[in-house]
Amino acid sequence: MKFTLSWLKEHLDTDASLTEITDRLTAIGLELEGVENPADVLRPFKVARVIEAGPHPNADKLRLLKVDDGSGTPWQVVCGAPNARQGLVGVFGPPGTYVPGPAFTLKPAKIRDVESFGMMCSYRELEMGEDHDGIIELPEDAPVGTSFADYAGLDDPVIDVSVTPNKQDCMGVRGIARDLAASGIGTLRPLVIADVPRSGAGPDVRTDDADGCPAFYGCTVKGVTNGAAPDWMQARLKAVGQKPISALVDITNYVMLDLGRPLHVYDMATLSGGLVARKAKEGEEVLALNGKTYTLDASMTVIADSAQVHDIGGIMGGEHSGVAETTTDVLIECAYFDPEQIARTGQKLMLTSDARQRFERGVDPAFLDDGLAIATAYVTQLCGGTASEITRAGTPPVEARTVSYDPAYCAALGGIDVSATDQQAILERLGFAVDSGETPWTITVPSWRRDVSGKADIVEEVVRITGIDAIPSTPLPRLPGVAKPTASPAQLQERRVRRLAAARGLNEAVNWSFISDKEAAPFGGGDWTLANPISEDLKVMRPSLLPGLLSAAKRNLDRGAGSVRLFEVGRRYFKAEDGTSLERATLGIVLAGDKLSRDWRSGKAQAFTAHDVKAEVLALLDAAGAPAAKLMDFAPDAAGPGGHYHPGQAATLRLGPKNVLAAYGTLHPSTAKAFGFKPVHGAVMVAELFLDGIALKPRGSAMREAYAPPALQAVTRDFAFLVDAKLAAGDLVRAVKGADKKHITDARVFDSFAGQGVPEGKLSLALEVTLQPVDKSFADDELKAIADAIVKAAGKLGAELRG
Amino acid sequence: MTVADVEQLQQDYLAQIASADLAGLEEIRIAALGKQGVISGLLKTLGAMSAEERQEQGPRINGAREAVTSAIAARKDALESEVLNARLAAEAIDLTLPAAASPQGSVHPVAQVMDELAEIFADLGFAVATGPEIESGWYNFTALNMPETHPARAMHDTFYFPDRNAAGEEMLLRTHTSPVQIRTMMAQKPPIRIIAPGRTYRSDSDATHTPMFHQVEGLVIDKGITMAHLKWTLETFVKAFFERDDIVLRLRPSYFPFTEPSAEVDVGFTVEKGKRVIGGDPTGPNGGWMEILGSGMVNRKVIEHCGLDPDEWQGFAFGCGIDRLAMLKYGMDDLRAFFDGDLRWLKHYGFSSLDVPTLSGGVGA
Repeated sequence: MKFTLSWLKEHLDTDASLTEITDRLTAIGLELEGVENPADVLRPFKVARVIEAGPHPNADKLRLLKVDDGSGTPWQVVCGAPNARQGLVGVFGPPGTYVPGPAFTLKPAKIRDVESFGMMCSYRELEMGEDHDGIIELPEDAPVGTSFADYAGLDDPVIDVSVTPNKQDCMGVRGIARDLAASGIGTLRPLVIADVPRSGAGPDVRTDDADGCPAFYGCTVKGVTNGAAPDWMQARLKAVGQKPISALVDITNYVMLDLGRPLHVYDMATLSGGLVARKAKEGEEVLALNGKTYTLDASMTVIADSAQVHDIGGIMGGEHSGVAETTTDVLIECAYFDPEQIARTGQKLMLTSDARQRFERGVDPAFLDDGLAIATAYVTQLCGGTASEITRAGTPPVEARTVSYDPAYCAALGGIDVSATDQQAILERLGFAVDSGETPWTITVPSWRRDVSGKADIVEEVVRITGIDAIPSTPLPRLPGVAKPTASPAQLQERRVRRLAAARGLNEAVNWSFISDKEAAPFGGGDWTLANPISEDLKVMRPSLLPGLLSAAKRNLDRGAGSVRLFEVGRRYFKAEDGTSLERATLGIVLAGDKLSRDWRSGKAQAFTAHDVKAEVLALLDAAGAPAAKLMDFAPDAAGPGGHYHPGQAATLRLGPKNVLAAYGTLHPSTAKAFGFKPVHGAVMVAELFLDGIALKPRGSAMREAYAPPALQAVTRDFAFLVDAKLAAGDLVRAVKGADKKHITDARVFDSFAGQGVPEGKLSLALEVTLQPVDKSFADDELKAIADAIVKAAGKLGAELRG
Repeated sequence: MTVADVEQLQQDYLAQIASADLAGLEEIRIAALGKQGVISGLLKTLGAMSAEERQEQGPRINGAREAVTSAIAARKDALESEVLNARLAAEAIDLTLPAAASPQGSVHPVAQVMDELAEIFADLGFAVATGPEIESGWYNFTALNMPETHPARAMHDTFYFPDRNAAGEEMLLRTHTSPVQIRTMMAQKPPIRIIAPGRTYRSDSDATHTPMFHQVEGLVIDKGITMAHLKWTLETFVKAFFERDDIVLRLRPSYFPFTEPSAEVDVGFTVEKGKRVIGGDPTGPNGGWMEILGSGMVNRKVIEHCGLDPDEWQGFAFGCGIDRLAMLKYGMDDLRAFFDGDLRWLKHYGFSSLDVPTLSGGVGA
């Protein structure tokens, strides 16, 4: 909301400086967006008289002037303007002045060998208009030597404030003045409403839509001349960014900006009979003043005559019935539209306007008569004509609203002590009527404060005007002792996996929660697709963390990264049966490029393998609290890891056959290709940990299970088995470990070999088994018994001990 | 043998030892001190001597044995260490060659700042709460006192889904973390002190806005909580987070549908080396105010929507952008880079796994 200082002072009687006013605006909740004085740049320009004008010795079209700007010594100026002549009073910029139009600073110069100091200016050079036919000509009696900005009355700062959606009253200059006055920065001048002589019956207007347009007031003015608005009105409108159009249009804009009261003026010559406020017919069309055609539906309120729609009620007028230079008879509409309906209609039509902004916040329902009187007075004063009586159709919602308020609530909620007397004074200055005879008070809310409905609103007013910065700072009550731990098990889990992943050399990325359809497809598509995405790339809520990680990995490789280790901790989005969201905490990993770059010791660069990503997965599952000993490797099946994995180089880790805690392995080459990876990039390793599948224990006792290291030393024995090449090593290890659970504490594959000496279709797997004696050292026969049990258990899987 | 002979013998052996190699040394030892050795032989003669003779010869012969024994040992040590030194010299390697590099992992600044916030607010008694990012219109707007026609609802640039939940409510991406306030108040009896960090979404995209960003919400519901507590909490938090004591806040009246009274909070900054730094004198020549927070007393209607009596329970709420907090504290200037996954950026602006924010170590890493 923009206004000028002089405009404000028409409503506010104050001696406060500009800075005091702008600081106060921010302090009372009308945040200053900017303040600009158009005079600042024009200040060095002076009213000056041409005291001599002669020919230029070297150029026919140039004149040589002597200019008196009141500084004592006349300036010699070379000038090319056709109207430059002796005796002309114009606007002079001395050397050193910045000229805003052409954007340069004047320097003494030689023009065709003759020295020239400063410049006589045109309106365009001062950015005051398009006129560039000659230099500015001021009246003969303009005082030479004074600042042109002062002379022309341009010294009027433009103030811009942002008005929050609750402040209907501050959508007009008068409301802002009232707030400032309430804050003690001056007094609100009374609003003068001129008495307009009226004759003749009012126009035929009615409302058939009591919900959307409860009140439709109107009068006519016949015999008007619609010329240009007066300079003062044009200047104010221009200063706040409104383009002057014609007196009638400018009057409605001015009253709207000045008093927050939107109006509409119809050219009666274009109307067929009376006007009615009614619901639009489904599919009815209207060509609005912005040149666009809108298709309306039955929820919207329009103003129409018997032939067509002339106005999208409270939002924008129609092109057809707008006033023109030739207009002689007008109908002025001053209506009240329902704020909720205006908001809905505006949203549906995606149409904003100054009128909508005001009606949807709510205009003062008690100001229809005065608003119409003020507008009519301007019309008759500026355009002539005769006003009719007012037709009042319907009734605006003017019922008084009261709030029961205990002044102690200010301190109880606002935390600041303001005396009852001061509270009452503030409220009364804002227009509230306060009956403080007994507590609680009965406060009547002014008609222009639709936003105030309860006692907290009253506190807000008192605090805002008192100064929110005056609220003291009071510590929150603190529980005795050291702060208690607050993190939940899930939060602790997330912190642990994140920090471990980073410690293991992975870099944490934060990727978009939404991905493209194309990216989601290999992962089974998404359950949620946005109706209004900002682009096709950010449309589907991700069913997996991998698409984002893969795209990021690819971008890094394209930027020349040799090795990419990325992870993300975030959610995957699914739909629950009741249509709400099911968001699953997940950790995703991608390893791409080289695992090790070429090196003076190890030679060639080494690629990542699926076992590398398995190492990350196991370490992170352990940190996440998964029971490592109970985890089982599962080859690909219906429960995972899914078609985006290499079918022979991927697996899932599960607790039981259904509970998949992690999927990992080599990315399927087709998926890699879909994400833009090239063969030169090598295989890409990926993994996802489904953190929400891990049962979390609440914080328990700090006490550990009792433990003492065994006194007897463990021994190791090696076993080499010949197995079927298809046998899963994990199955053999599990069988060996199970052979004697009392003594076998570990079994580890240390060699896996196929080739010379190993028959076709077979594999040699060598295991180191750790045996822990319990009460006494192993005797030879005990060791033999354990070894036999191991060989027997392995034999059940078809494994033969190698000789 | 005369005394002089023994001495001569000793001198001869010492001379031989001094120039012997390891093999020669063993030969000398055998020749002199072995079972058949010369000095061993002399020692054997002592038994047959008279007491006077033995008294004279004994020390001489024993002396010779000790001298030769220790000379051999010393020479052996010297020779062995020469051999070792030669071997070590041959084993020299170039330690300026690089060691095996371990990959440098990192924690994203957003996660780091969330941990910092959790740490600071834990000290003030706040727990961390979470809620869904795909929300219903009821939680995101209606319960927060933004009915369907509320102008502020249109200002939120909401991402919508075509779907509706079983209750027939529109489904959308939460535009702020405020729905977590509602969920917390409905699930938990006051007193409540929580922060709720998380992802939020608005259909906005330019240099300073991304369609996904992070916010943190704060909520206190208790008896007797006022705006004065809100002010203290924000001052305490901002000073702790930016780790400076010369930070000043300015509260400005504003409007949010879910708080009343509402205040926007500006923090004072100064320009140092061309960058805005939080702290210092905002009214000085290099100073200014910038908005960092929205806040207010929880609107009575919101408390009622959650099934609580606003005359019994009241409190405050605040919200602010986590990405922005990170940028202001750590000096990043492009928000979009947060979500690009560029390893160079992550390694530069990210944090070591060991930089766990703690109150004793300072919440900033």
